This record gives sequence, C-alpha cells and structure tokens, in this order.
Amino acid sequence: MGSVGVIVEYGFREAVRRKVFTVVIVLTAFFLFLFWLANHYVFGQLAKITPPPDVHVDTRTFAGAFLFGLALFATLFLGVVLAVFLTIGVVSGDAERGLLQPLVVRPVGRSTLLLSRFLGAAGVCVVYVLVVYFSAMLITGLTGSWWPDQVVWPGLELALAVVIVIALSLLGSVYISSTANGIAVFMLFGAGLVAGLLGTIGHALNSHAVKHASTIAAWALPFEALYQDALRMITEKASGLTGFLLQLGPFGGAYVHGWPIRIWSVAYLVVVGLVALHGFSRRDL
Amino acid sequence: MAPVPSALSVTGLAKRYGSVQALRGVDLDVGEGELVGLLGPNGAGKSTLVKIAVGLVRPSSGTASIAGAPAGSGPARAALGYLAELFRFPGWYTAAEVLELHQRLAGSRGGAEERRRLLELVALADAADRRVDGMSKGMAQRLGLAQALVGEPKVLLLDEPTSALDPVGRRTVRMLLEEQRSRGVSVLLNSHLLSEVELVCDRVAILLGGEVVAAGTPAELSRPRGVELETDEGIRAVPGATREDAPRLVAEAVAAGRRVYGVRVLTSTLEDVYLEAVGGETD
Repeated sequence: MGSVGVIVEYGFREAVRRKVFTVVIVLTAFFLFLFWLANHYVFGQLAKITPPPDVHVDTRTFAGAFLFGLALFATLFLGVVLAVFLTIGVVSGDAERGLLQPLVVRPVGRSTLLLSRFLGAAGVCVVYVLVVYFSAMLITGLTGSWWPDQVVWPGLELALAVVIVIALSLLGSVYISSTANGIAVFMLFGAGLVAGLLGTIGHALNSHAVKHASTIAAWALPFEALYQDALRMITEKASGLTGFLLQLGPFGGAYVHGWPIRIWSVAYLVVVGLVALHGFSRRDL
Repeated sequence: MAPVPSALSVTGLAKRYGSVQALRGVDLDVGEGELVGLLGPNGAGKSTLVKIAVGLVRPSSGTASIAGAPAGSGPARAALGYLAELFRFPGWYTAAEVLELHQRLAGSRGGAEERRRLLELVALADAADRRVDGMSKGMAQRLGLAQALVGEPKVLLLDEPTSALDPVGRRTVRMLLEEQRSRGVSVLLNSHLLSEVELVCDRVAILLGGEVVAAGTPAELSRPRGVELETDEGIRAVPGATREDAPRLVAEAVAAGRRVYGVRVLTSTLEDVYLEAVGGETD
C-alpha cells in the first residue's frame, strides 16, 4: 500500500504542477455560473409558458429535467476532460520524456505503478464528478424547486462512466503516443454520444436497425450507456406526454439500462484494466 | 556450498527491434565488487543490453539476471541502481525530493541522513533545495547518479553517467565509482569515454553490431608495440620487441658506445584496442 500511495501522490503533484486542476476548477466555476443563470431565467419565465389547453405537459418537470440533463452532459464532458488530462501520457508520454524509466526499475513494479496511476486519477475524477453533479442538482432544485426522481444513482453512474474513460485512456497510453491517445479517447467519447442520439432518433422513428446499432454501441462503449441510464433515472417517474417528450429529447432516457449495464460496465473496466496491465508488462521502454 | 551468483549475468542475449538486430547472443558476467566497462559505437547494442538487465526491455532470446534473480523481477529490481542515458526527473521536484521519492519507492530507510550523504557524494550538498528545472545538465546528471545510489544497491548499471559532466565532475564520478567498488558494489559502466573506462574498470567488453568483439582486462587487451630507446643518437623504436628484450637492447646500445637516457616498453592503449576492434567504425 505504501508504494501505491507514493505513486498516487506523484501523479497528484504532477497534475497540480501542470495546472490541470486550476484549468478544470475555472472551467467548472464558469459552467456552474452559466448553469445558474440558465436556471434563473428559465424558471423565472416558467409562469409565462402556456402550452395549448389540450396538451398536458408539466412545464416545471420538463424545464427542470431538460436543464439538469444538460448539466449531466456537461458534468460527463468536464469529467472526461479531467480524466484525459490526468492519464493521457502516463505510459507513452512519460516514457518518451524519460520520466517513467527511473520509476519502473524500482521494486514497485509495473502493475502497481499503472494501478496506482489509475486509482489516483479515478479518486480525483469521482470526487470531481460528484461535486459538480450535486452542485448542479442544488442549483436546479433551489432555483426551480425541481428535484430529480433519483438523487444518488445518476451521479454514481456518471462517476463510473468517467472511471471507464480513465481506464480506456490508460490503455491507450500503453500503446500509442499522448497526442494520438487524446484524439482517440475524445473520438470514442464523441462516437458514444452520437450513438446515444442515434438511439433516441431510432426510438422516435421506431427504426429497428437504428435502435439495434445504438444498443451495440451502448454495450461497446458503456460510459455512454451509463450516461443515458443516469438521464433515464432523473425522470423515471415522469409519465404521460411529459415523460414521452423527455424521452424524445437530446437529454432523454436510456434504452440499455439498469443493473445489466452496471454489471457489464464493471466487467468492462476489469477487462480494459487487465489488457492495459498485460500490455504495459510487455512493453519495451 | 552453492556458488555465489554473478552480480550481473547475461547469456546468449539477443534483441530484435523490427528489422534491426540490436543484440546477437551476448554473454557477459560482472562479478561481485567488479567494475566492468561496456564500450562500442552508437547502435552497438550497449544501451539495449543495460535496459534488458534492468527490466525495461524484454529480450528476444537469452537470459539476464541480477544477483541471481531474473532481470525485471522484484528481487532483481531491489538489488540494482540504474542511471539511464536519457532520463528526466519532474522539474518541480527539488533534489532532496527526488531522492526522497526514490527512497520511498526503493524502500530505503536511510532518511534525511542518506539524502545528505548522497548529495554530498555527487557534490550537490548545496543544491538540496534547488528544483530540477533550475539545474544545469551536469547537475541533473549528478543528481541522477545520486538517485541510482539510493538504498545502497548491490549492482549499479550506469548508461553514459558522465556525458554531460565537465572534467571535475568526471573525476568526482570516477572517485565515486572506485569507492563503490571498494564497498563490494558491482558496476556496469556504459561509456564513450575510453580514458575514463581505462582508468577505473577492472574489465572491458567491446560491443559491435550487437556482438562482443573483444573482452578482458585492459592489460589483457593491450598488445606489445615494441620498445623505444632514447640515446645520444635520438629516439629509436624497435618494433616487435617486448619487455623481456629491453635489458638486451640497452646492453647492445651501451656496447655499441651509445649513451642510453631512457627505455620505454610500448603497449597499445585502450583507444588503440577499441579502434582495432570496431574496425575504425565511428559514430
């Protein structure tokens, strides 16, 4: 445990020195301010929104869920940015700069080193995601008197989604250069989001082929499925036209969800981790 | 009684990087308390050999062991100290913090006293609180050397440890290596500086194209190049003559009425041996 602590501290100091935290904290504060502003204006104007008499939409639920869904996306995005910056060059980048070799030859060993870097990044990102998630929830709740149907689970699923991205980024850093790894991880992230939107369109159009493609993408990139499941849970009790409209929106619900995807995500994490450890153990430095 | 394993043992070591054959079946042993120099032009495979020994690179075939443990294993890593040719420490660490980090990773209990002693050993006692990014190349290299000595390793593998040092720095390192040897530490020194290797190493191995083309003590590798007589007629070289011929040559010169001012037995230097071994191949 001592060696793990040393490497975690090493990674943490590196992040502090590279001003990763400073950039992320500034970006987060800016986002939360904008988010509060959006909530302030939307809920301030809520009384003036009058749907047609025959359309029974709960405007408060609709506005709250839509805004908070947006916050979930931003939380995931910022969490992924933080995760990528913390892990993008852990192996290839540090090896190219000659930082890794003096550490690897120490008795600590390669597996412990990689696992420690994972634990360090995961610890920071989980705390970060939960802080942003609950801050956004408080802003929407206190400004608009709207609270999600599930309070804790969506935040945990978002945190797990970011942890999966950390594992993918570490895996990439074993095999490819820092720049290529950063591009690859963000492309995977983008692919996941596109697949999620595709699923929403597929369900709206009732297209079996599009729904099937989206489902495959959700299992292949479980961080996207977890994000969708988190979206589903914030309005899982919304019914009627309100629920239907929320399902159709860009921040709508998940079609692969619940315990199966959570269990699969943990298994996926383990598999990605093992492949990364195996690759790192065989890599020439 | 079981034989004492070599500090470093390499047998039939081969390494291929794609189409490049970096090592072709190298055998090398470094005994306890022995200081062995590894010479060769760039691309000869010296750094690859050292990297395999410390577990940074996997061999294509053959074996390497440190203090009897397979290279790269936990016990092997615990026994060695390593200074890479191209290394860097985080710029925001101070010299003392770099050593503390490596003390913690190596499980050393030397504490502040060990850090002070090591920094003093590499003439960085006044730079303990200086950050790495404020150090000259030479200072960083000396810090690298101090880092390699953390935890009192049994085997030191040093890849070009003096490439960035001035003559005074090189002398400091030479004395440090001699001190380590006197304490029973085994050293594999990979260097381009032939004079330095000649001065401190017990044995030398010359690599060329991934193979050992010459190995032995500097005395074994050197060859007689004749005897030189300084007489009242000037300096006369007698090629092919050996040390044993010197008294006879002096006697003959005196008998011939010459005044002899000096006699010198000529042997090849390590540089001559090296150039002969690598066929004049340059970097």
